[in-house]
Amino acid sequence: MRSKLLRNIHLGVKTLLLHKLRSFLTVLGLVFGVGSVIAMLSVGEGASREALDRIRKLGSNNIILSAVKSREDEAASTVRSFMSVYGLLYDDQLRVEETIPHVLRAVPVKLVRKNGILGERTLELRIVGTTAGWFELVKRGLVAGRTLVRRDIDEHSAVCVLTEYGARRLLATRHTIGQAIRIGGNCFEVVGIIRSEQGGGKIQTPDREIDAYIPISVCRERFGDVNIRRTSGSREMERVELHQLLIEADNIQTVQPVALALEAMLKRFHKKQDYQISIPLALLRQAEATKRTFNIVLGSIAAISLLVGGIGIMNIMLASVTERTREIGIRRAIGAKRRQIISQFLIETVVLSTVGGLIGIAVGLFIPWMITIFSGMPTVVTLYSLVLSLGISMSVGIVFGLYPAVRAAGLDPIVALRHE
Amino acid sequence: MSDLAKPDPSAAAVSTSQALVDLEDVCKTYLMGTEEVHALAGVSVSFEKGGFWAVMGPSGSGKSTLLNLLGCLDRPTSGRYLLNGADVSLLDDDELSQLRLRELGFIFQSFNLIMQLTVQENIELPLYYLGWEASKSAARARELADMVTLGDRLRHKPAELSGGQQQRVAIARALANDPWVLLADEPTGNLDSSTGEQIMDLLCELNSQGKTVILVTHEEHVASYAKRRLHLLDGVIDRIEGEDDAK
Repeated sequence: MRSKLLRNIHLGVKTLLLHKLRSFLTVLGLVFGVGSVIAMLSVGEGASREALDRIRKLGSNNIILSAVKSREDEAASTVRSFMSVYGLLYDDQLRVEETIPHVLRAVPVKLVRKNGILGERTLELRIVGTTAGWFELVKRGLVAGRTLVRRDIDEHSAVCVLTEYGARRLLATRHTIGQAIRIGGNCFEVVGIIRSEQGGGKIQTPDREIDAYIPISVCRERFGDVNIRRTSGSREMERVELHQLLIEADNIQTVQPVALALEAMLKRFHKKQDYQISIPLALLRQAEATKRTFNIVLGSIAAISLLVGGIGIMNIMLASVTERTREIGIRRAIGAKRRQIISQFLIETVVLSTVGGLIGIAVGLFIPWMITIFSGMPTVVTLYSLVLSLGISMSVGIVFGLYPAVRAAGLDPIVALRHE
Repeated sequence: MSDLAKPDPSAAAVSTSQALVDLEDVCKTYLMGTEEVHALAGVSVSFEKGGFWAVMGPSGSGKSTLLNLLGCLDRPTSGRYLLNGADVSLLDDDELSQLRLRELGFIFQSFNLIMQLTVQENIELPLYYLGWEASKSAARARELADMVTLGDRLRHKPAELSGGQQQRVAIARALANDPWVLLADEPTGNLDSSTGEQIMDLLCELNSQGKTVILVTHEEHVASYAKRRLHLLDGVIDRIEGEDDAK
């Protein structure tokens, strides 16, 4: 039984090889159908996985409040020497901690740009004034030394923690720990190095930033709340107390109520809309929903392209049946049963569509690979997309091969024999 | 006694003669547009085992229709057709195929080889449908090709052979399943007279080995090879000539 099937397949392959170009053109539709399905799914999967990853890293229990310049200020800041005042307030942190239930911690973040000098190297740093809670919330590994602790903040110690990336740029090593780094005329003792975030830009640590984490109390004393930016002759001043407030809810169920309470609180104490609330959990849910929509769209495109491929196969097989009418007549006269004729033609289409599917998989693996190489976009080829598209292309072969095969078998042998 | 109580005409037919193929008042009617065409209008004849028959008649006399019926490619509109005792008119498509596969061998005017297949694969075709093992059917194909003196052409395609050689391949194919009956439709029609003679000699030899041969032709000298000649005219038997003018 098995050897007979193999023989039939062998026969089908041989027949198809008699018309190499035609067979190739027939499967081309399926090749690109399957190839594009896999490629699209892998790009989609890569993009959504990256987005989900990024959001997950923000922590699903977290809520991030960020300072944004309100729209009125944006317009006014074109005026010279205007000082724009916006952002989150120190009081906001206290209010959150004291009045909103289910908040595990509220971590303030204050950002300042200053030059840092370590040894003979001078680089612009992004100073992040924060508390010990930041390190508990972000959960990044230590490379060397220690993180900031409560005592540093309380005692206003002039200490700083660098990131792995920043340390590399500053030519700092584990031996740098204990040495002093000069930031904007002040000396800070380097007490630790933490890991940089992997991958692309993140909200807390945009890529390619050399971060120095210092106690927020020290940051406020030494650098104040006013930032001056000089851009081509004009000066821009802004007064921002806190750039971010990271809030961790005690569990995933309380994220939403906490977010609502935060919003109500901020609305009450801020006249302008100079803050923004982002909830990773909501983003995550949204991203998942987007992914679902995306998959449905891709699925429809895939279905259409495979349908087109299938119609191509049916078209060619019908032509082939007409062309081989006489052969069918001969086989029938010799004693082939209807279903043997059906299986002969069906095997040919299934072989065609399977080969098409396999070539399509090769194309589908190649395209995402090229995309990743040339555009740096992440792509993920999942096993299920391979199995799915091969399965679909094979069933396309069966579905669209059935009609021509049945038609071939339905021919009257006498008429078929007379066919020229 | 039970035979008397329930008369079985087919059993009776077999018992009365050595008939292998038995037609009883067979009619075949085609519908051409709205007009009925009686291709066969009541033909009764028995072809005995080991016979060599030529069916003759002008075109339109029903020769091809008769051969199609004999070859189980078609079913009679009315009447009975018994092949080796089995009533063909009662069989379904699969059973007809099975009958063609096991009992019959076809030889056509235009050879009807499959051009994409080699000589060997063409000869093996019936064996393939009979489900023979590859090695066994290859041996059988070689044996048959040797018999028709084409043992050295097994790997050739039909297009590389002459007409006479192609017809010999077709005969080898018709013999592959070791049939009772060889049905030949103008087997020499596409051949020149000397190759035609070779083919007819081959058919005579096969007949002498015990195969029943029924051939359709309109050429007198081809029909002269046959032991019996059945003349058709307008769908009915005009006359039967032969060695012992039976029937």
